[in-house]
Amino acid sequence: MHSYSHWDVGAAQSLIAERQDMPGALLPILHALQDRFGYVDTAAVPLVADALNLSRAEVHGVVSFYHDFRKEPPGRHLVKVCRAEACQSMGCERLVAHIKQRLGVDFHETTGDRRFTLEAVYCLGDCALSPAVMIDGELHGRVDPARFDELVAECGKVT
Amino acid sequence: MTARIYVSLDAAALSVGAERVARTVERIAEERRADIALVRNGSRGMFWLEPLVEVETDAGRVAFGPVKPADVAGLFDAQFRPNTKHKLYLGPTEEIPFLKRQERLTFARCGITDPLSIDDYKAHGGFRGLRRALTMTGAAIVDEVTQSGLRGRGGAGFPAGIKWQTVLKTTDPTKYIVCNADEGDSGTYADRMIMEGDPFVLIEGMTIAGLAVGAAEGYVYIRSEYPHAFRQMTKAVEIARDAGYLGADIQGSGKPFDIHLRLGAGAYICGEETALLESLEGKRGMIRYKPPLPAIKGLFGKPTVINNVISLASVPIVLDKGAAFYKDFGMGRSRGTLPIQLAGNIKQGGLVEKAFGVTLRELIYEYGGGTATGRPLRAVQVGGPLGAYFPEGLLDLPLDYEAFAAEKGMVGHGGIVVFDDSVDLARQARFAMEFCAIESCGKCTPCRIGSTRGVEVIDRIIADQDRAANLTLLDDLCGTMLDGSLCALGGLTPLPVQSAVKHFPEDFDRPVSRAAAE
Repeated sequence: MHSYSHWDVGAAQSLIAERQDMPGALLPILHALQDRFGYVDTAAVPLVADALNLSRAEVHGVVSFYHDFRKEPPGRHLVKVCRAEACQSMGCERLVAHIKQRLGVDFHETTGDRRFTLEAVYCLGDCALSPAVMIDGELHGRVDPARFDELVAECGKVT
Repeated sequence: MTARIYVSLDAAALSVGAERVARTVERIAEERRADIALVRNGSRGMFWLEPLVEVETDAGRVAFGPVKPADVAGLFDAQFRPNTKHKLYLGPTEEIPFLKRQERLTFARCGITDPLSIDDYKAHGGFRGLRRALTMTGAAIVDEVTQSGLRGRGGAGFPAGIKWQTVLKTTDPTKYIVCNADEGDSGTYADRMIMEGDPFVLIEGMTIAGLAVGAAEGYVYIRSEYPHAFRQMTKAVEIARDAGYLGADIQGSGKPFDIHLRLGAGAYICGEETALLESLEGKRGMIRYKPPLPAIKGLFGKPTVINNVISLASVPIVLDKGAAFYKDFGMGRSRGTLPIQLAGNIKQGGLVEKAFGVTLRELIYEYGGGTATGRPLRAVQVGGPLGAYFPEGLLDLPLDYEAFAAEKGMVGHGGIVVFDDSVDLARQARFAMEFCAIESCGKCTPCRIGSTRGVEVIDRIIADQDRAANLTLLDDLCGTMLDGSLCALGGLTPLPVQSAVKHFPEDFDRPVSRAAAE
């Protein structure tokens, strides 16, 4: 489980300042912001733009281009389900249907109790042990609906 | 005597419980005051046997697997001795048929050594290629790589030596080595395994590339879906730097080379080399027009060698054993070995490094043991989401860039995804278009718009709306994407689509089920 800080301008500014001189600093900065706060707050866009001498439109364009960057805080647990071909060959669409029903959300949504955010990914590199799911950065292979329910129950223990 | 026990830290091994097994080994060893050293190695690549536990014996390493935490106490009871009666005993690791018949050059150390031990790396032939390269001129190194016949393992198969030669000839004082570790193709995980299981070989390969073309800095762009690989590479780069293998003066040669790591952000298109460069520069991952080639004007506008992880990780053995040794493997114009990844619906999924020329049938049945579900194989997709779907009848095709191209397919990054007879190729073709629509950078129209139109046309075919006309339309659309797209995403999406139509026409001519019609 991730523990994120609440959005804080000062903290954001120091994260930006620590990285702004890196070559190609924008992605490292956005990752640092998201690691700290769980998402990239829209208020960060002008701060980053100022630091890197970019327009806000350019920064917004980068944030919105990449699937990883979120504009809102995720739930306490981030569930990523692989939907690519290797997992398809092992029935991941049935698993996806189960997960959506079990959590009561669609992709890119967060459960009402803010416990889970569900995302689709295209390949986690666990293609010999499909279907694969990543929960809070931990990879799980050979996940069937029963195994998924166990994993959800394990999340329950740490929340 | 201390017993050396090996439990992998590879992300796939962890995905089926290797971490819990490792912790259990440590806990029980402490409880019983057993004198053991636990090594967290890379994976041997036999994923159906993970978590694999190996033990060093007088007769070499022996393996047990797949081991559950509850099995560990029993292994201690038996003192980890080779025991053919133990239900998990697999015999000497190297004698397991899946491994025994491989030709591991690039993966020579993966799963054998402690990935973060420089001593272990050197004891198993590491840094010998670098040591030789340090005595050579840049031109001589480039020549060795050219002579080896090594082609880009990322997918395109472009001769590595020619790329390097172009960068070598440029006169700019600043040049870069970029490693493409944005391994986004479904069914592939060789890059991940190397970064987690033998990271120094990649560092060594990049350093040799730097010496060859006169670049002092390198970047590795690792996809964010690989957090384990990113952490492992971060540690390995620090260790290499501390040991004088990276930095201002590599091993007292006076020559500099250092490596920076960057994390991607979930965009498949960034595996395309020019989009990757844009992303490294902090921009949207939009592809660039070529020319100029990255070799002339690449990262930050400077001459850049950009190669895949496996291409760079194959360079040390070329320099160590010589071009002739490497070139001796393979067939036709496909020289050396290819780390092949068996994936999807396969009983024994894992990594098989073999010389080019091995057939799909050998790989899938002799190594892979057929489908995981036990149902008949119906289709294989080779080369990732942009690779063709082949039927059973084409399984005797040898792994060879040219042979695959002749069948309108591609070897790509060497991933083989197996499907059983429950697959619906019309659905798979639709997915290929859908995936292209999701991941298109949007720069060119055939890819951006064509992919969305492709989904719609296939939907109409599936729904039996004017099938013949829509199949003609689909063929025409594929032609436009193939000829008119700026890069391989739009340009190769027609491969899975058209191969599905060609080899599995019955799937595009099915009666519409009531559920689908509604």
